[in-house]
Amino acid sequence: MTSRLLPHAVLVAALLVFALPIWIAVVGATQESSAIARGEMSLLPNLSGFGVFGDVLMNGATGTGPVWRELLVSAGMALAIALGKIAVSIPSAYAVVFFRFPFRMTAFWLIFLTLMLPVEVRLIPTFQVMSSLNLINSFTGLTVPLIASATATLLFRQTFATLPDELVEAARMDGAGPLRFLFDVVIPMSAANIAALFVILFVYGWNQYLWPLLVATDPHLDTVVIGIVKMIGLDRETEWNKVMATAVLALVPPVAVVLLMQRWFVKGLTEGDK
Amino acid sequence: MAGLTLQDLRKSFGGTEILKGVDLDLPDGEMLVIVGASGCGKSTLLRLVAGLETPTAGRILIDGRDVTGVDPSARDIAMVFQNYALYPHMSVFDNMAYGLKIRGLSRADIRAKVDEASALLGLDALLARKPRQLSGGQRQRVAMGRAIVRDPKLFLFDEPLSNLDAKLRVQMRGEIRRLQRRLGVTSLYVTHDQVEAMTLGDRLLVMHDGVPVQFATPMDVFERPADTYVAGFIGSPAMNLLPGILERDGSAVTVGGVTIPLAGRRFTGAGGHPVTVGIRPEHVVVDPAGAEWPVELVEPLGSETLVHAARPGGATLTVKLAGGGTDVGGMVPVLFPPEHLHVFDRNTGRRMEPANAA
Amino acid sequence: MERRTLFPGRALPALLILPQLVLTAVFFLWPAAQAIWLSTRREDAFGTSTAFVGLENFADLFADPLYVAAAGRTALFCTAVTALAMGAALLLAVFADAEIRGRAFYRTMLIWPYAVAPAMAAVLWVLMFQPQIGLVGAWLNRVGIRWDYRLDGTEAMALVIGAAAWKQVSYNFIFFLAGLQAVPKTIIEAARIDGARGFHRFRTIVLPLLMPTVYFLLVVDVVYAAFDTFATVYALTQGGPGQSTQTLVLKVYLDGIVNADVGSSSAQSVVLMAGVILLSSLQFRFLGRKSAT
Repeated sequence: MTSRLLPHAVLVAALLVFALPIWIAVVGATQESSAIARGEMSLLPNLSGFGVFGDVLMNGATGTGPVWRELLVSAGMALAIALGKIAVSIPSAYAVVFFRFPFRMTAFWLIFLTLMLPVEVRLIPTFQVMSSLNLINSFTGLTVPLIASATATLLFRQTFATLPDELVEAARMDGAGPLRFLFDVVIPMSAANIAALFVILFVYGWNQYLWPLLVATDPHLDTVVIGIVKMIGLDRETEWNKVMATAVLALVPPVAVVLLMQRWFVKGLTEGDK
Repeated sequence: MAGLTLQDLRKSFGGTEILKGVDLDLPDGEMLVIVGASGCGKSTLLRLVAGLETPTAGRILIDGRDVTGVDPSARDIAMVFQNYALYPHMSVFDNMAYGLKIRGLSRADIRAKVDEASALLGLDALLARKPRQLSGGQRQRVAMGRAIVRDPKLFLFDEPLSNLDAKLRVQMRGEIRRLQRRLGVTSLYVTHDQVEAMTLGDRLLVMHDGVPVQFATPMDVFERPADTYVAGFIGSPAMNLLPGILERDGSAVTVGGVTIPLAGRRFTGAGGHPVTVGIRPEHVVVDPAGAEWPVELVEPLGSETLVHAARPGGATLTVKLAGGGTDVGGMVPVLFPPEHLHVFDRNTGRRMEPANAA
Repeated sequence: MERRTLFPGRALPALLILPQLVLTAVFFLWPAAQAIWLSTRREDAFGTSTAFVGLENFADLFADPLYVAAAGRTALFCTAVTALAMGAALLLAVFADAEIRGRAFYRTMLIWPYAVAPAMAAVLWVLMFQPQIGLVGAWLNRVGIRWDYRLDGTEAMALVIGAAAWKQVSYNFIFFLAGLQAVPKTIIEAARIDGARGFHRFRTIVLPLLMPTVYFLLVVDVVYAAFDTFATVYALTQGGPGQSTQTLVLKVYLDGIVNADVGSSSAQSVVLMAGVILLSSLQFRFLGRKSAT
């Protein structure tokens, strides 16, 4: 019997470890901030307290703007990064896979090199480059530099390389040129990979913290992740119910994207990164 | 006029020559089957004609027009691929229509051509389906349909049946043959399967190591193989090839310790010249008067029986007997009827022709 | 992975790859070169001009006990996070791969945390472990175990390790599960016929087949722990109390942005870059160049 119960016991325990903080956040959001601060939080939601979600959406908490605007900035940033990366990396991967041109491998290695240069290791100089380009405190500055990295290019390169040669040949006999082949055959055939990559990049974009902290000091450009960390700033009287409500709101979009596209996402992630 | 002409066609990859000069003239409307083991250059030859590779030297003429440097799509050809190469995200209709759309045909014209081809192939009910919803045979038909709708001057088939199971292969083989006859389009068909080659081709081109070793009708290839390679490659079970000696005046051979007079044929280069003697398993006669060979294995196939024999020196012999359940003892006595013997020069492997040939 | 069939032309591919190359040059190569350049310069006392100082910034760095301590701390942090995240994920993946009821549900419930931002992991852990309001933190203090990570450096370190590992379990789980599912069923069946069972079968048959995944995750997790956890640590403790949770990445940020010591911060960046390149080449080795060629 133990051998059949043990997996369930371990998995349920793990499930709780991950789900409990979310439950706490949902429940806590509906309660009085002062009660939470005294450590007197109930583990059941206060059904009359759900108004707090609307409150933070419209008004935010002390020291932050309304959460709807932060969510909008986050969504805009995540979408711009995801779509921008896909739009930039498909052509470059296509060029590397389907053509031979001078310095092809040099170009590829330059792109590959970016994998080894995360934002964190080139912090100060990147900041200086951003200010000399006048991109501090702009939506462009928030998104465009993150569009360049190589992960998506590598993934598409791998996907494209597995397309059968015969398909390319059939297309050539049908009279399809390179651009036509890209749009009529390659992109539709890579739809599942594009979807998977979209999930990965959307989550990546939504979850950025250090980059927006660095290049966007204007509160109007606060993402929801930045906003919530501001709310729990150590010196202030924290409005815990609002923190929790905002946490829930900040988690819903990326978690929803992952869950809705789970099948593609898992496949794309495990097939692409290895 | 010739449907297809190749002139000293050569191809090298890196330093290695894959195709060592092919010349041929294929009459309009005929089907040429290029056959050979893998790596013999047959696929390269097809890809050169398709324009998917550029020849190192030589010329390609389709219907009298030199297309050597022309883009594949402008050669007026169509190709059926081994794995079909259907666009997986397009319906059957769109797969067939794609090339026509690119050429800028009107919607009505495309519709008419696809309808005509799909009626011919029995695909009418499947036009809206995606390739993955089709069986192997149906996919094969779609691939042919895609080729047919373009009314090409030349069809190219790259081992189109090798992904099908045995039964379907026989059926599709017949279909391809009927269709090609009916449309009367010059065709090039690559295969490694000698049965396909024999049944489909108006003519065969047997390739070996990048060299075309024989270009003739299937029966000609079967009855008069140009060398020991062709002799062993065409025909199943394979022709027996035994070491022999040409006797003094060239009118007899000694094989397996028995001297056989060649019934009126006389070869030049006599005087104990080493030869290879070929005889097909179905032509070997079991006769109590014959030389005895130790039996190694008996394979009853129902309608016939294969007897494999071997001598201590390493010479092996396959005998095909009609009927099943033939009782063969430990030794099989065989005779080689002289009229069925093929004689090859043992040094060059080439077929030897009698000096007194009629 | 060379293709047999290509398209002719040079201008078109150049045009297609150009946007990515421009972005790479402007936002990656230029700053990286800048980092190397800045790491060899130092401002004068008034901050009005800079002078070339060679490798002095590096020499100072390695002579600085605070930096050496931060490096040791980072090593400890990375090791702990990687071990915890991988160990837990492997255990869960093995159980979730078994033929049990509700598999799909368990898997989904273990995959969603992938979407949690490192900074959000910090927020959720505050809700659990904050000494006054946190479910666990307040309870600990109520039952008489003194707990306050804002004052105790060891507790703070334990907390950031826990939060960072917690966030990464999901990612590792996805890969381990895929790795386990890729083990051919016939091999498992052959092992069963050979009499290998339970943990022994796992250790001698499954684990060796899983090693490529283990190596891959090892590198990914170390890189994650070294760099991506900036938000987790910064939001939880800002490196404190004192310097007790100050990892190398936090130090780059604090020295460069907060204390505006550009030369030292750039030198630290260059050291980190060398570290990433080393790790990436290790990964390259282990994975047999799968992702690059």
